[in-house]
Amino acid sequence: MKKYLAVIVILIITSFMFIIGIDFVFGAPANSDMDDYFIEHGQEQIATNNIVTTVVFDYRGFDTLGESTVLFTAVIGVAMMFRKLGEGD
Amino acid sequence: MRMSKIVRTGSDLMYPFIFIFGWYVIMHGHLTPGGGFQGGAVVATGAALVIVAYSYQEVNAMIKKAILMFQESGGLVLFIGAGLAGMILGFPFFYNWLANSGSLFGMSVIPGPNPGELNTAGFLPLMNIAVGTEVWGGLTIVILYMLSGVEKEGI
Repeated sequence: MKKYLAVIVILIITSFMFIIGIDFVFGAPANSDMDDYFIEHGQEQIATNNIVTTVVFDYRGFDTLGESTVLFTAVIGVAMMFRKLGEGD
Repeated sequence: MRMSKIVRTGSDLMYPFIFIFGWYVIMHGHLTPGGGFQGGAVVATGAALVIVAYSYQEVNAMIKKAILMFQESGGLVLFIGAGLAGMILGFPFFYNWLANSGSLFGMSVIPGPNPGELNTAGFLPLMNIAVGTEVWGGLTIVILYMLSGVEKEGI
């Protein structure tokens, strides 16, 4: 019974994926206002040729701050754990 | 445990190039694909190569963990400091106060496709250097601390 249930769930999810894959056209977003703004104004506002870096470090700079804080916290956690394991050092 | 002489010589030949490629990715983050995170990970890969080829004990005797810890914290402080420096000058937090200013990294860019100039992008290179320093120190110290735990287990 459990096996059949798993197969049915997998079939439903797979058919869902296929429907999405057939219906959607990738690379043609419905709302592209924000993308167009970044591409048009990135070079004059931030003076950068690399639009991706402009978005990551300037328009979404706060997000990158959180990202580097997450990395910092992860490193602190590893250091704490293994420092206790090693006793001293 | 040290690896054989062939592996050690190979890593001696390879690691300066890996480091320099990583620093190149960090420095050209505002011109080419990549940036602070990716370049820092490449530099940490070079450090991992040296640690694998030589033993943990030898590498641990060469570099201090406190220096790497300081480097990691310094990267994050530089990142936040670059964002806060704009507030002192009267701009919002994380405003790109160096772009188009004419000073360090302050050249303007001609709109349209062009190869680009290193001396542009305002504080984005500063951010890339800060994040790169943080990621490089952080990942290296993670490898070192994990190996110290393995060594205590007697493997």
